[in-house]
Amino acid sequence: MTRVSMKVDGVEYEDDVEPRTLLVHHLRESLGKVGTVVGCDTSNCGACTVLMTDPEGRKQGIKSCSVLAVQADGREITTIEGLAGPDRTLHPVQRAFHEAHGLQCGFCTPGMIMAAVDLLTENPDPTEAEIREGLEGNLCRCTGYQNIVRAVREASAEIRSAGGDAEPAPPSPRAGEAQTPDSGLPRQDVPDETIPQPVP
Amino acid sequence: MIPPTFDYAAPTTVDEAISALRDAGEDAKVIAGGQSLLPLLRMRFAAPSTLVDLGGVEELRHVREDGDTIVIGAMVTHARVLRDPLVNAHVPLLAQATSTVADRQIRHRGTFAGSLAHADPAGDLPAVALVLGASLEIAGPHGRRVVPASEFFVDYLESVVAPDEVLVAVRVPKQGSWVGRYEKFNRVAQGWALVGVAALVRRENGAIAEARVGLTNMGSTPLRARRAEAALAGADSPAAVGAAAARAADDTRPSDDLLAGADYRRHLAGVLTRRAVASLA
Repeated sequence: MTRVSMKVDGVEYEDDVEPRTLLVHHLRESLGKVGTVVGCDTSNCGACTVLMTDPEGRKQGIKSCSVLAVQADGREITTIEGLAGPDRTLHPVQRAFHEAHGLQCGFCTPGMIMAAVDLLTENPDPTEAEIREGLEGNLCRCTGYQNIVRAVREASAEIRSAGGDAEPAPPSPRAGEAQTPDSGLPRQDVPDETIPQPVP
Repeated sequence: MIPPTFDYAAPTTVDEAISALRDAGEDAKVIAGGQSLLPLLRMRFAAPSTLVDLGGVEELRHVREDGDTIVIGAMVTHARVLRDPLVNAHVPLLAQATSTVADRQIRHRGTFAGSLAHADPAGDLPAVALVLGASLEIAGPHGRRVVPASEFFVDYLESVVAPDEVLVAVRVPKQGSWVGRYEKFNRVAQGWALVGVAALVRRENGAIAEARVGLTNMGSTPLRARRAEAALAGADSPAAVGAAAARAADDTRPSDDLLAGADYRRHLAGVLTRRAVASLA
């Protein structure tokens, strides 16, 4: 086991993990961040996208199924559960996906929204082509992408007109007191049968 | 899918990394960004005894200028290459080719050096390193050695890096008056290139004086299309470029698989060479 510490959605966590543990499994199974989902398990679909800081502290979209939890040691991570403001106001990208019907079944949505936030952080006013290319790492099998692109354009306009940027709001100071800073289930409430067991 | 068990070492210097590799024996594996290795681990195509993680080795995170060369450390990610002013100013072909690699998320984690060390002939950057005349700095228990890209790739997923060695930096000569373009053809946005072509040309008086053409996925290693290169020298019209580009697949033995037949790959090599060179007019 290896000791890792990381700040997830504003809360510091320190845990012992097996080196082979994927970041997405650590987030879901140890920290209860079940908003981040596993789609394809082959690095293709992007459903597991979260933001993680690089060594310089720059927040970047990454596929959490393609990063080991030990590689996230010392980093700061934002999942879909940490995107809304402290008072649970939706992030502009979340609101735009809701209003523009940027989803149907919703499975790709957590990753799609995080990838869109990542794109808008780097490019606050992307063209339609830049949005399509910027989201090439995320697959949606329902929408045909039309409303997703529309949602990202609307979010981009809203963020710019509000004079802000796409960076998620700082988490609530009370997040640290509550064991779950969000609606994720605390570990003890996660039914055992829903937790995948490692193959020996 | 969960990777097999392995031990984990997190060195903070190159020397520590080499010691960790030596201690772990020949089944150890180096991990940089992990964007090629983690899928292999998850599918259990690889089962290293130990992973030696270069993520904490600060000295490998730099891009610097050394005379006529840009030196790119082993932990420099694709995203960093894309925004690096030295790379954009002096090796624009590398930046343009890197922008076609995988997707944003993978470019945030994957590294330039890692994609060379992985030695996948379907990877985009090995052919680019080949035409740029890059050389690779490898550190091992007996010191450092520098290997030209033309001697680095041995076979499918195999390079000259020994089990107790670490690729620490890639030295890329500045393009100077050469202009370059990477073209690839793939079926879906993030798919591997069925075929890719890295073209680098130097013009004089409206004609091509010299050309280098690198091929992705046309054999078990990245290749130079020597016949097309020779035929491109002196080409001064679109027709001449087209005729020369048609020789790009000469002497190659591309694989014949479910994604593309060998004939189709040969055809693509010619088309992409023509497109890449024509875009440099």
